[in-house]
Amino acid sequence: MRSADTAPAVSRADRWFVREVLPLEAQLMQFLHRNWHNQAEIADLRQETYIRVYEAALKQPPEKAREFVFTTARNLIIDRVRRARVIPIEAAADLEFVEVAADDPGPDQVVQARDELRRMRDALDQLQPRHREAIVLGRIEGMSRRDVASRMGITELTAAQYLKLGIAALTEILARAPEKKQ
Amino acid sequence: MSAQGETFDPLHLEACDWLEKRDFAAWSDEDQTAFDAWIAQSPAHRIAYLRAEAGWKRTEMLAALRPFRPERATQPRPQRKTSWKIAAAIIVCGLAGAGAWLGLQPNAPQYTAYSTEIGGHKTLALADGTRIELNTNTQVRLLNGDHRKVWLDRGEAYFQVQHDAAHPFQVMAGNHKVTDLGTAFFVKRHAANTEVALVEGSARFDDTASGDSRSLTLAPGDVVIANAKTVSLSHRKPATLTAELSWRHGVLIFEQMTLSAIADELNRYNQKKLVIADAAAAKVKFGGTFATSDVQAIATAAHEIFGLKVKDTGTEFVISAQTGKGN
Repeated sequence: MRSADTAPAVSRADRWFVREVLPLEAQLMQFLHRNWHNQAEIADLRQETYIRVYEAALKQPPEKAREFVFTTARNLIIDRVRRARVIPIEAAADLEFVEVAADDPGPDQVVQARDELRRMRDALDQLQPRHREAIVLGRIEGMSRRDVASRMGITELTAAQYLKLGIAALTEILARAPEKKQ
Repeated sequence: MSAQGETFDPLHLEACDWLEKRDFAAWSDEDQTAFDAWIAQSPAHRIAYLRAEAGWKRTEMLAALRPFRPERATQPRPQRKTSWKIAAAIIVCGLAGAGAWLGLQPNAPQYTAYSTEIGGHKTLALADGTRIELNTNTQVRLLNGDHRKVWLDRGEAYFQVQHDAAHPFQVMAGNHKVTDLGTAFFVKRHAANTEVALVEGSARFDDTASGDSRSLTLAPGDVVIANAKTVSLSHRKPATLTAELSWRHGVLIFEQMTLSAIADELNRYNQKKLVIADAAAAKVKFGGTFATSDVQAIATAAHEIFGLKVKDTGTEFVISAQTGKGN
């Protein structure tokens, strides 16, 4: 994100969101899966949670990010259940909410940079072969889209597509395997 | 869950589309305008982008898997004409206040400035294939219409230059100028010092302030440290230079460095600072690979490995040697 052209409140909210909220994604998803019956709506709930949290952060980033995120998600679920009028049995039962275990910072934080690299390699292994090849050339070898295309013998348009899908897959996989830092 | 055949959220794909263009293709002013408009369209766009970008940034570490080697090392380098194949990498690092170099500051409107905040990392891809990576708390200015001349106002940047003998790429860092001669090199500024280290090929270093223009042609491994008064030349091993570039991969590599030196380095990247409270703690030495954002890991290591006292004030970790028994 450009820093030169964003207002202070926005860049403060951006930084807070990236630092405090995004690392909670795997836990948030777990929370949503456990507490919302319709799995097709989970991604939508996550997005809505993020928007509410982000908009609150524009005014003032909440002190306790973790509590704020889960309270927001919880309220969102309660709203939806109310709006649905006919309360699905599962949802009603779940209104007690299943808590997600808090991250317990262990003594092994020093090696985490290396763990992170391993996590990254595992993520890379999960990509489709052509997407992985494009990412390896682009991200590891540092090639441009044009060079990736000529190395792989494909058009630049296809290279752009492979790179994009590679980025999309990698970032989704990594969102499920959060970087541990707090 | 496997990513094979995964369907993506459309907004996530749009965000990744921008990232792909930003990092792997040329990024024009029109692209920037279109991107800004897309971001401004809805908070959902902004969030999708922040989320994709944060994940993508984590993968910078993947580059650490690449063994260090000069680009195109297998081919003898052609000495004549424009050789677009030869990439030059330059790092310029400056900690001096921009105001110190006002004499060189050109008029504002002709330039476009790009900057990062503390902890930031950004890549600019120029139309000629040159890429500029900005490290934490950095600002560069590019001359409009001629992107072969770049001013480093503050911070540190890594340049991968598409060499063009007819239009040499120049980096101005305070009173010093680095000219790419078909090479890989880096430049670094600490307070009033400018430091230039050549990784591969050759580059010219000029001291533009003094009347008796001091000019040096550098060989691989050469490191110049210059300030207003002196210019000194030394030599460093490739592995050392590689370690100094590790920020590009989102990590910092410390080899048996003192805690105070480690703190100085980490503090460049983070709002939350490491403060070393006493001389005994400052002298503790250790090494390892740390994420640039991972102040906590250093604090934890200081406490758990060396038994130092760590106080978290919210804005700082204050580290001191244990004085009393027990606590």
